[in-house]
Amino acid sequence: MKLTGAEIFLECLKREGVKTLFALPGGVVLKIFDILHQQKDVNVVLTRHEQGAGHMAEGYAKATGKAGVCLVTSGPGMTNVITALADAYMDSVPLVCFSGQVPTSLIGNDAFQEADNIGLSRPCTKYNFLVKDVNDLAVTIKEAFYVATTGRPGPVLVDIPKDVSMNKADFKYPGSVSIRGYNPTYDGNKWQIKQAAEAIMKARKPILYVGGGVIFSGASEELLELAELTHIPVDMTLMALGAFPGEHPLSMGMLGMHGTYWANMAMHHSDLVIAVGARFDDRVTGKVSEFCPHAKVIHIDIDPTSIRKNVNVDIPIVGDCKSVLRELTQILRATVNGDQKDLRKPWLEQIREWQRSHPLAYEQDPNGAIKPQHLIKRVFELTKDRDPIVATDVGQHQMWSAQYFKLAKPNRWLTSGGLGTMGFGFPAAMGAQAAFPDKLVLCIAGDGSFQMNTQELATAVVSKLPVKVFIVNNRFHGMVRQWQDLFYEGRYASSYLDATPDFIKLAEAYGAVGLRASKVSEVDDVIREAIAVDKPVLVDVPVYQYENCYPMIPAGGCNHEMILTDPPELKKKQPAGSKVAGEDKDTVLTA
Amino acid sequence: MDHIISVIVENKFGVLSRVAGLFSGRGFNIESLSVAPTLDPSMSMMTIVTTGDDRIIEQIVKQLNKLIDVIKVVDLNESEFVERETALIKVHTKPEDRAEALRIADIFRASVIDSTPTTYTIEITGDVNKIEAIINLLQPLGIKELARTGRVAIAREPLRPAAMQPKRVAKE
Repeated sequence: MKLTGAEIFLECLKREGVKTLFALPGGVVLKIFDILHQQKDVNVVLTRHEQGAGHMAEGYAKATGKAGVCLVTSGPGMTNVITALADAYMDSVPLVCFSGQVPTSLIGNDAFQEADNIGLSRPCTKYNFLVKDVNDLAVTIKEAFYVATTGRPGPVLVDIPKDVSMNKADFKYPGSVSIRGYNPTYDGNKWQIKQAAEAIMKARKPILYVGGGVIFSGASEELLELAELTHIPVDMTLMALGAFPGEHPLSMGMLGMHGTYWANMAMHHSDLVIAVGARFDDRVTGKVSEFCPHAKVIHIDIDPTSIRKNVNVDIPIVGDCKSVLRELTQILRATVNGDQKDLRKPWLEQIREWQRSHPLAYEQDPNGAIKPQHLIKRVFELTKDRDPIVATDVGQHQMWSAQYFKLAKPNRWLTSGGLGTMGFGFPAAMGAQAAFPDKLVLCIAGDGSFQMNTQELATAVVSKLPVKVFIVNNRFHGMVRQWQDLFYEGRYASSYLDATPDFIKLAEAYGAVGLRASKVSEVDDVIREAIAVDKPVLVDVPVYQYENCYPMIPAGGCNHEMILTDPPELKKKQPAGSKVAGEDKDTVLTA
Repeated sequence: MDHIISVIVENKFGVLSRVAGLFSGRGFNIESLSVAPTLDPSMSMMTIVTTGDDRIIEQIVKQLNKLIDVIKVVDLNESEFVERETALIKVHTKPEDRAEALRIADIFRASVIDSTPTTYTIEITGDVNKIEAIINLLQPLGIKELARTGRVAIAREPLRPAAMQPKRVAKE
């Protein structure tokens, strides 16, 4: 029996096990929506903006480890989803995005709502396809899922012209596909792995530097086993949080620009860096020429281009983190003896010393304003028993969340790392909630970030995605203000956000629940109240506005040269007190 | 130093833009590029001449390999190779220069493939130096148009010791 392209599309999704599709209709995809409307296998979450659809699919993918799927229309639908594609590409998120296209006969004619979807998405997708013939549709969709989820994962776009969704073809879904130019390497070179094992046995001050690759490869157990066997401390990148238990004694927390003092010091002073599924991003290396000056580098990554892109590598191992770590541990288990622990003692003691001398710390405000760190720390402490999934937006609150959320398990941390996309957190949280309806899903947002995708409140209410959003409200683009404080003599060019809405009223206007904590003493109660509600909740927490996020390595700075607290001249300028700028304009610093 | 990279790609639409986009997006240089189908018409061979230090060339080769439409990448500079380029040069010739133009063509074993009372079109094949040299000599006469193919190259077959050469057996 022949099926239309739209029906083939649906059948393919079912075969791929897609349960949820984040989508927004438009002229050229109406046939597909019409088919989706008449079935119950795939849950369609109607978003209010295509960027939201893209980020929800990302959140879904990060929480489940499976491909997230979204569907948008041609032209503006496509251009709106580009940010999410670019975000997914930077953070290696498996995503399959379907876009509508004008009928094949009109492609290139500047038709209504036409855009060159393939050209637009080429630099921000792992691969993209234009389906010109309905007979190719099924195999193309199979290939799209295959490319998105294998090797180093990434977003894939499938562009479907209107006539292709309407034309009929015999449906046959291929069991497997192979692409001759695409053969990811999963097994590491045995000789190289042996070299790595020998280097580890010789090292006195080794450090594991792990990235998001550990999470996508599902290698957390293997990582834990290796670290515990060899007593090597673990530095995590922003993307890797949760890959190693945050409260484990060997966990150093996050490294990098706003990483912990000891994580960065350990990196700088180590004699062996074992990079696993990480890519030596500039937020991690700081000044490349002075990065880990004493260390040999082992780099395990599935993507050969990551190796020796930014820093020189002594022992490169191309392969899947999971299988390479397993093999490495096997070799070490066969050779390591008990005194490996004694060998590590001085090193671990040195790290403990750094931890004692420079803990993560903040002072409560003398005038009773809520410190953002306090809020975030309490959210973590009061929810950790429920093993929540936590999404963040981008900025100060993101870095504080990374510092204070000591996640125990992988796939609990949804954040935009590489692209740094404000507006990511809220829709990403919804995507995760759609995948796990019964789980507690939190979103730590800034007032600036949240306003970049506010419209998705409607989606959360209508699609019953009861995420709990905590708005760290300082009425500033906080990280921008921090840089202006430190590097632009406190001139707050366009970082102050006047006319921030009343978030309680905003939540209620959409049919969600709005809450607020105005005093430190109210913080715990409001958190408990929020997580008890079975509806989307927006918690507005006005915080001390001039708090800066430390430690901080200035861009291009060296990893052991961290700024640990506000410089004295800055401290003098900051108004103490709980006044919220906007209520009293005088509290806004103008230099 | 110039690097010549030979890339076998899928022969389908959009592949050239992926390769070109990789170079432009990452700030790599393309000195010249030539593309034509291989013996198997489903594949094309691109010969890319580029510049950069070892790190950059390593990245270019890896990034090309990462492209899904790229089937094989060979950095020809890693071994011996031969390269050729063809140029078509249309030269203005005043009556008193016509003999000189032919002489120059002759020296370089180039051939005249089109001729009018006021122009010669000369075809020349060789390595880059040879082509630069004939252009230099023809320039004083006045070059009206110049079309160059860009370089193509192929690895030299390694010379095996005589003992390892396959023996020729006379056919009965």
